[in-house]
Amino acid sequence: MDNYRADVAHIGKSVIIKGELSGSEDLYLDGEVEGSIDLKKNNLAIGPNGRVRANVYAREVVIHGQVNGNVTAVDKIDLKKSAQLIGDIKAQRIAIEDGAFFKGSVDICKGEPKAEAVGQAAHAVAAATPAPSVPAAAAPPLIEKK
Amino acid sequence: MLLRIFPVVRFAVGFLSKIFGGSQPPSSPVEGGVRLARRSAGFSHFTRTILCPDGQKVLDLGPTSSSNINFITGLGHKIYNEDVLIAATDSRLLIPGPEEGSTVVDVERFLAEDLQYESESFDAVLLWDVCDYLPESLVKPVVERIYQITKPRGSLLAFFHTRDAGPETPYFRYHIKSEDMVELQQGPHFKLQRVFQNRHVEKLFHDFASLKFFIGRENMREVLLLR
Repeated sequence: MDNYRADVAHIGKSVIIKGELSGSEDLYLDGEVEGSIDLKKNNLAIGPNGRVRANVYAREVVIHGQVNGNVTAVDKIDLKKSAQLIGDIKAQRIAIEDGAFFKGSVDICKGEPKAEAVGQAAHAVAAATPAPSVPAAAAPPLIEKK
Repeated sequence: MLLRIFPVVRFAVGFLSKIFGGSQPPSSPVEGGVRLARRSAGFSHFTRTILCPDGQKVLDLGPTSSSNINFITGLGHKIYNEDVLIAATDSRLLIPGPEEGSTVVDVERFLAEDLQYESESFDAVLLWDVCDYLPESLVKPVVERIYQITKPRGSLLAFFHTRDAGPETPYFRYHIKSEDMVELQQGPHFKLQRVFQNRHVEKLFHDFASLKFFIGRENMREVLLLR
């Protein structure tokens, strides 16, 4: 995680962003984002204080905090033990540490996954109910729900 | 000479140890992050049901395991993960019970928030030993919901403790190691709620078309069901 802090854009834990977040540099996110995140070929690290209610697209995604939305990575998704992810995962590789909470589906893509509906699904995420304080329940239905 | 005596001594020590209650070689899974591999006839048969074709949907209702994800996706399938036990023990699901000061699980809310998939979505479901740890009021509704979201001829693998398992039996996470091996890793503390008899299991899953029991280790029975 320190690698990200050295020379990347940094969103601190007191920052709240609502809307579309995009860029062409690596990002360390420790605040709150509601909407969508599209970093194309750059890396995203969500810190332990990070609270994301958005669909995410990046080259590599490392999650320490909470994410409520679908996560697509060109390369790899890494869920650390403190991570809580409710949403679908699409990547070429994934790593999940013991203790991480994950509710959703996993698609391992042989080639580069497409950034499907990052902006489009942002509306669905934004309209969803607030993220739960405990990992279990009250999650917005993000995976092939009724 | 020593080589001749050694097996006899070893046998004698083992025999005396059994008689006087000495401890057996450590065969139970160890606490913490250590995993102990176990051959699983039930899982072996389950694997055969999902070997082909590619692109099946498999639902894992145990704790998230990268081993399980890698194994299932390695077969060319899509895996869905939902830790039902964590969801079921969420304190926000508790509502006041009939007796003063008591609480019960809000079954309707649980079913509204969890296991929410379209009917007949999954080709296979890994239930592990979740039923043994679920709150009583959720067991039947959860099994009914699983039946509903499983495709006809879809398979379900469930583990059940035998009556030799005590109330302090630890909760284990199951990690798939190979086509017939699973690894047990002691997980978060959940209390064993009950021990099902075989006929209870049959009754609980009576909607399923077929049911096959396998004797497992660690006071476990394994059950493979076909919808």
